[in-house]
Amino acid sequence: MINDFAFKIATVNGTGSASANGLLMSAIYRMGIPVSGKNVFPSNIQGLPTWYEIRVSKDGYTARPAHIDLVVALNPATYAKDVAAVRPGGWLLYDSSWPLDRALRRDDITILGVPFGTLCVEAFAGDRERTLMRNIAYTGALVALLDIDMDIVSEMIREQFAKKRALLDSNFRALHLGYDYTKKHYECPLPIRLERMNATRDKVLMDGNTAAALGCLYAGATVGAWYPITPATSLMEAFSGFCKRYRVDPETKQNNYCILQAEDELAAAGITIGAGWAGARSFTSTAGPGISLMGEFIGLAYYTEIPGVFFDIQRTGPSTGMPTRTQQADLLSIAYLSHGDTKHIALFPSSPGECFYMAVTAFDLSERFQTPVFVVSDLDIGMNDWMVPRLTWDDGYRPDRGKVLDAEALEKVQRFSRYLDVDGDGIAARSLPGVHAKGAYFVRGSGHDKHAAYTEDAAEYQEVVDRLARKLKTAEEALPAPEIHQRKGMPSSVGLVALGGTHAAMLEACDALARDGIDVDYMRIKAFPFGGAVRQFLDSHETLFVVEQNRDAQLRSLLAIETGLPRDRMTALLDYGGLPLTADFVTAEVARHLEVRVA
Amino acid sequence: MTSIQKPPVRHPSLQVNALGLTRRDYEGAMSTLCAGCGHDSVTAAIVQAFYELDVPPHRAAKMSGIGCSSKTTAYFMRQSHGFNSVHGRMPSVASGANAANRDLVYIGISGDGDSLSIGLGQLCHAIRRNVDMLYVLENNGVYGLTKGQFSASADVGSKSKRGEANVQRPIDPVLLALSLGATFVARGFSGDKTRLVPMLKAGLRHKGFALIDVISPCVSFNDHEGSTKSYRFTRENYHDVAPVDFVPLQREITAETEAGASVSVTMHDGSIVRFREVPSDYDPTDRDAAYAHVRARQERGEIVTGLLYIDEQSADMHETANTVARPLVDLPYESLCPGRAALDELMDEYR
Ligand SMILES: Cc1ncc(C[n+]2csc(CCOP(=O)(O)OP(=O)(O)O)c2C)c(N)n1
Ligand code: SF4
Ligand SMILES: [Mg+2]
Repeated sequence: MINDFAFKIATVNGTGSASANGLLMSAIYRMGIPVSGKNVFPSNIQGLPTWYEIRVSKDGYTARPAHIDLVVALNPATYAKDVAAVRPGGWLLYDSSWPLDRALRRDDITILGVPFGTLCVEAFAGDRERTLMRNIAYTGALVALLDIDMDIVSEMIREQFAKKRALLDSNFRALHLGYDYTKKHYECPLPIRLERMNATRDKVLMDGNTAAALGCLYAGATVGAWYPITPATSLMEAFSGFCKRYRVDPETKQNNYCILQAEDELAAAGITIGAGWAGARSFTSTAGPGISLMGEFIGLAYYTEIPGVFFDIQRTGPSTGMPTRTQQADLLSIAYLSHGDTKHIALFPSSPGECFYMAVTAFDLSERFQTPVFVVSDLDIGMNDWMVPRLTWDDGYRPDRGKVLDAEALEKVQRFSRYLDVDGDGIAARSLPGVHAKGAYFVRGSGHDKHAAYTEDAAEYQEVVDRLARKLKTAEEALPAPEIHQRKGMPSSVGLVALGGTHAAMLEACDALARDGIDVDYMRIKAFPFGGAVRQFLDSHETLFVVEQNRDAQLRSLLAIETGLPRDRMTALLDYGGLPLTADFVTAEVARHLEVRVA
Repeated sequence: MTSIQKPPVRHPSLQVNALGLTRRDYEGAMSTLCAGCGHDSVTAAIVQAFYELDVPPHRAAKMSGIGCSSKTTAYFMRQSHGFNSVHGRMPSVASGANAANRDLVYIGISGDGDSLSIGLGQLCHAIRRNVDMLYVLENNGVYGLTKGQFSASADVGSKSKRGEANVQRPIDPVLLALSLGATFVARGFSGDKTRLVPMLKAGLRHKGFALIDVISPCVSFNDHEGSTKSYRFTRENYHDVAPVDFVPLQREITAETEAGASVSVTMHDGSIVRFREVPSDYDPTDRDAAYAHVRARQERGEIVTGLLYIDEQSADMHETANTVARPLVDLPYESLCPGRAALDELMDEYR
């Protein structure tokens, strides 16, 4: 049980537990041990239950754990749920300042009581400080129980409060209150414990929204428009933070960027498109409700061929749904967003690291294909800290601006026709406003011919929309190809298909299935529209499982619509309660279906 | 229709502006609006204003929403980029374009339906952001393009073509803009081009959001007896309380143009807006006074026109955002990407 267990901390939101939980995560990470954290929080500012799950895995598995070895129960309101969450044979650490209802006690787990509340009331003055210090006190208890490196924790507290002497003293006092009491009353450490490793040196702990924001910064985005919405808000906030640091002109102290907080998502989309039309790299970040509002504008950008990057940090729908829970349920609406015949390029990052690289790719694709590009992330990727390889950058990178005619080129053309396909790839050259009188044309969402002139003529209209279809077809093979995992040299007849943030759980599930003697191939789709490689994988597997986080098997529908493969050739494995996927769900479901089939 | 080209042959007697361009160079495609539509007169005034201001056509961006009014961006300046967006959402597209390239001259054309119903929020927020643009609201009291339904600017009691009276109170764009803090608020009449042109020129030169509400009758659906947005009603009831002359920076201010001036305001670029006459109790640089004046005269059934309020001091969107002077689209990529070393250093903070 060394370096291979999971624990969960149950608290009340708004009480300062988030920073204590972050401290625990980082301390373990600094001990060189692979770790991941999932914040299961309420859509509320203060007073509701919140949980933080930390998984330690020497093998580097980062998916949400299926079993919790230790629960730290600090919120009496959720005691019943929390006690029940401990796996048989596991541990419960609770605040014994208040008695634990006898009815809740379990014989199959070890119950450890530490009077955090009472200790803090005795040691500190004032409600606020007592509440805050209780978090550090339970951190101290966990340091003792799990054998977390005390030097590292102390070091981190010193870093954090270097400038706040009084707070520094209080924190140390609280840390030792919990630590000393636990040491004195219980045998420490527990069988689940930590031991230094060297597995995190080339890694960082980062959430996907931060990484995506960095991607926008590095891609050279200059205009960002947004309207606050969980879980997308932190993306633009991170971008704003990076811009303040890296995008202020050293001489004039003026900004090399413009971030506009719009009045709603319609305006955010309009600003993004207006800036894209004018020639800037522009983007917006939103979640499902915003995507719904943006529909009309997305159709305009598609039809008038204007670039822009749209981040959708998916949360649980429909409607307002569960804003602080995760899902993959915007797939269908994004693929064909807006009325009329439309289809959009979408990228599906599977981790914060990929959010960074895919953000850059999204800008390149968007300008190259002159169309909106969606980066479809989710709350789990966007807001949780993941352990990912350090981000790197190639200084040789230059933006792919696509076919843009400059003043010189425009001067030479006889007549500029905005929507004329010269190269046969479906992509017509564009001009930017203000560059040359010959480049002037009229952007219109109404019917237009290849010269951008108004039309109600069937043939002229069709010529343009048929080319758009061709353009999207060209895009297919330029998009990131799916990642295919196969057991060495042993292609299987069973294929698993998934996309996005479930990747960690999928990889773990493949390993677990293999251990049980079930070899499967696994394809992670990275982009829509799907290319030939996706079709080929589907065709070459007799048994197909599509694993996704929505009720209606949206990915399976997309695969059926786009590849023509009959829907019933693919079994959908659906997990959509709002929490990140566990490997256990996949292994159990696959095993169950395969047995049914064998029998 | 932009494909219809006028012959390039130039009549020797045609006057040219400082750029050597004729008025024709500022024209656009042939209008497809109904004969006599007020919007076409506004288009003509816009052509004149741009011509007189010597704006290089390709340096202007024509933005619009959806409606007969919004279509008119195609009917002037064919050498300018145009953006006919979606219904009521032009202000956000213009904001984004301006954010990216602050050096273009932005003109937005909208209607009363486009601006005061579906797009009311966007209009308000463009005013609030103080986007540097001229926003022309071609106001006819109806939805022309969808065939004559009352719009939110229709007056109480104004009759539809079928004789029904409007019962809901109107939203007056001038009072709205004044109360939202707009920095340039004017009202004109499409039937009075002489007074409209200088107003448009001042609006184009204003730094910040300039709103001109232009009463622009719809001959097909709202020009009958009983309508308060008809040519006849407007002619009989409009009072030009604050007519202006626009004196561009380049032109010398002569004694003649100074004569009779009651108030003049120096604009950001050094041009001057000279009020020919304003009532003695009225100060077009005093927001509250302007509001009270418009309101009081409206109560008497009068439509006041003119440059009703001007503020040349307020910061526009870019000033507020502290953006660099150079358009963002012109910044070289190298100045935007922090590079590999910076990323490497940054990574150490995520441990
Ligand atoms: C989302 C949406 N809803 C409805 C319409 C239909 N529509 C087109 S123009 C218009 C009204 C235009 O009125 P106004 O802005 O006053 O322009 P006018 O034609 O009077 O100049 C409407 C409702 C549309 N184009 N888009
Ligand atoms: S319907 Fe009315 S607004 Fe539209 S073009 Fe005709 S007259 Fe003008
Ligand atoms: Mg109208």
